[in-house]
Amino acid sequence: MAETTLTHTEGTAATRPDGLEGFVSDWSSDQRTFKNVPWGKAMMWIFLLSDTFIFSCFLLSYMTVRMSTTVPWPNASEVFALSFGGEPIPLILIAIMTFILITSSGTMVLAVNYGYRKDRFKTAIFLLITALFGATFVGMQAFEWTKLIVEEGVRPWGNPMGAAQFGSSFFMITGFHGFHVSVGVLFLILIARKVWRGDFDIEKKGFFTSRKGRYEIVETLGLYWHFVDLVWVFIFAFFYLW
Amino acid sequence: MAEVGAEIERIGPAEVEDVELYHAKSWITKYVFSQDAKVIAIQYSATAIAIGMVALVLSWLMRLQLGFPESFDFIEAQDYYQFITMHGMIMVVYLLTALFLGGFGNYLIPLMVGARDMVFPYVNMLSYWIYLLAVLVLVASFFVPGGPTGAGWTLYPPQAILTGTPGAGAGIVLMLVSLALFIIGFTMGGLNYVTTVLQARTRGMTLMRMPLTVWGIFTATVLALLAFPALFVGAVMMTLDSVLGTSFFMPTIVSQGELLKHDGGSPILFQHLFWFFGHPEVYIVALPAFGIVSDLISVHARRHIFGYRMMVWAIVIIGALSFVVWAHHMYVSGMNPYFGFFFATTTLIIAVPTAIKVYNWTLTLWRANINFTLPMLFALAFIVTFVNGGITGLFLGNVVVDVPLSDTMFVVAHFHMVMGVAPILVIFGAIYHWYPLMTGRMLNEAMGQFHFWVTFLGAYMIFLPIHYLGFLGVPRRYFEMGTTSFIPESAHTLNEFITVVALIVGVAQLVFFYNVVWSMIKGKKAGHNPWKATTLEWQTEEVPPGHGNFGRELPVVYRWAYDYGVPGAEDDFVPQNHPPKRAPARAAE
Ligand code: HEM
Ligand SMILES: [Cu+2]
Repeated sequence: MAETTLTHTEGTAATRPDGLEGFVSDWSSDQRTFKNVPWGKAMMWIFLLSDTFIFSCFLLSYMTVRMSTTVPWPNASEVFALSFGGEPIPLILIAIMTFILITSSGTMVLAVNYGYRKDRFKTAIFLLITALFGATFVGMQAFEWTKLIVEEGVRPWGNPMGAAQFGSSFFMITGFHGFHVSVGVLFLILIARKVWRGDFDIEKKGFFTSRKGRYEIVETLGLYWHFVDLVWVFIFAFFYLW
Repeated sequence: MAEVGAEIERIGPAEVEDVELYHAKSWITKYVFSQDAKVIAIQYSATAIAIGMVALVLSWLMRLQLGFPESFDFIEAQDYYQFITMHGMIMVVYLLTALFLGGFGNYLIPLMVGARDMVFPYVNMLSYWIYLLAVLVLVASFFVPGGPTGAGWTLYPPQAILTGTPGAGAGIVLMLVSLALFIIGFTMGGLNYVTTVLQARTRGMTLMRMPLTVWGIFTATVLALLAFPALFVGAVMMTLDSVLGTSFFMPTIVSQGELLKHDGGSPILFQHLFWFFGHPEVYIVALPAFGIVSDLISVHARRHIFGYRMMVWAIVIIGALSFVVWAHHMYVSGMNPYFGFFFATTTLIIAVPTAIKVYNWTLTLWRANINFTLPMLFALAFIVTFVNGGITGLFLGNVVVDVPLSDTMFVVAHFHMVMGVAPILVIFGAIYHWYPLMTGRMLNEAMGQFHFWVTFLGAYMIFLPIHYLGFLGVPRRYFEMGTTSFIPESAHTLNEFITVVALIVGVAQLVFFYNVVWSMIKGKKAGHNPWKATTLEWQTEEVPPGHGNFGRELPVVYRWAYDYGVPGAEDDFVPQNHPPKRAPARAAE
């Protein structure tokens, strides 16, 4: 049975059994339940759990009103079609957006990886690339909103294609998700700047928090980013494909 | 001694280096924009109690109207609905939730688990300021045209946003915005409380050695983090319905002779969202009370809590079950009857762990050395009241019994007993218990006794008769009864009696506030650990505990929190940080 070693700041290293036994021993241990998980990361996981409930409630509510309305639901693949030179291609914009967001998760992974190697330069670059993808996603979303509002006449309270709840759910859910992406982009830029300046190499204290800055933050931010990405997959499936 | 007692064992070294705290540089960062959980706790408590006073005054106004209808010109039917709504919402969310979690949670969690502060003090500070903003937005709704919303604290659409309802314009929107802010602020604090309990305990502090107070607050916070999202989503959607004219909750509807633009929404959806939050909310208020009361009983009866492990599991199981009972509030909503069957079953199952807790409190007291201190009196009063409210809950949990009782005063009596009076009694008990820690002085005993007896007996004189009114069929949320054949004249006399008592009880609270202020200056010096408690918050170097809670070294925990009445111990109790006699030398380092 493999044994993982715990990090200690003093004294001898304790050993920890694997598997279920390890799980039980962690939960019955003192100090930390999740061994070797920094505070920020634990807190992010708990936040994401709470946020999952928010998005679930949004999606469930959307499904409920889709069933409660008596007016037919617009056909998503027609509404979200773009035509290049005449032929409308269904869902093309959203396919590109989804692709971009998923790619950004890949670049985030690279940023986290380089962060752990304390490669200042590459971490910052990949964070910025991720931010760029994120910003592109939000930009395309803005384009999609504009097109729906200006060209197709979709409004939160009604639309020419069918049930009013189509527009309301669409703007509410993609808006809330887009807000998450935008916040993520801001933090990506902020953290990239700190990485670039080398704040985490000298463990510079945060301005407000007076906590030492560490590369761990990159991973914590990564968790958030992947979550936002995952949520998009559900929105995509339930809103655009259904 | 007992199950999780002081078994001799080696305590591992610290896994995380001691955190560096934010040190305030000016008066403002020390007392106003403070990052110290203890200061934040007091800010939270003061704000919660201040807004709670508004709710108290509103309850007097309602009682005046119910006791002496047609005698007060300044209370119109409209006003009455606004009073009801604001009273209910403030009491439940802005007073009790904020006080238990933001107040007691902030003060006690770091101290009791042996941490220097919450894990992210800056976020914790933001939590308070956003809460304050939420309260201010709520208060602002009293001053906008149309006044605050009068939709009832449940805010059910469609009526909540239809023009006939008081405050249907700005009032309801401000209420929803305030709730959303509250949730955001609470989440910032709640994440801190949970992470602190899970990841920042001191050496030797295992989960199963935590005082039940921490278990109660911790579990309640987890519930809140998972339940508030539903309310948040409901608030967002209703705001959109109201401001942008969407139809999430609004069906096709004719209001005041006019066909509205709304179409195809689902009002029942809001009820589901609201109660998916609303029921856990009951336990968000009750679980901290359970935890605190367990500790009060144990300390003041000098006896270990009976069945500590069972108590912990009961808290956790009640917490989990509270997510699958929400629709017992919707038996008369036109929901599918099979749902009613399911939710009645789960509701009755919750009674099992709850009853276990009551039995264990009783067994803790059984042949114990009960000191009738003020905290103990309040704890005993809590048990009685809670059992009372719990039993009427069994009535309401059964569909066939609930249908005739629904929307009568019986419901009002039930929830006031179980989530109004009972938690408030615990809050008072807890204040009498921890005041010496927070100020270094004891609260005055004579004033406390007066306060206790008037509050406890008064609460019964107010709410017991209300059960009876409910059986008579007096409806809930009615501005006045008028002359109705099924309501006898005696009910009106009873209403007058209740109102008089409610006013007396209300005024008696001034004695408590006077006591709090008076004792701060003139109270008996408390010294270290006046109640001879084992938990860590009483073992600090300074009283009240300073910034960073403990001295240079964090305490090391060797035993559970309930070594009371230990035979052979010098003082009949052993604090959690006292090493066992034959402990290996290195453990004491
Ligand atoms: C100070 C003692 C209190 C008095 C005299 C009092 C009185 C009242 C009255 C007269 C009503 C309206 C009943 C009706 O017409 O339907 C009411 C409603 C309510 N009260 Fe209290 N109350 C008190 C404390 C509390 C506390 C501590 C809570 C905290 C849980 C609370 C929560 C509520 C709720 C949730 C409602 C229902 C509001 C609604 O129907 O929308 N009350 N109270
Ligand atoms: Cu309930």
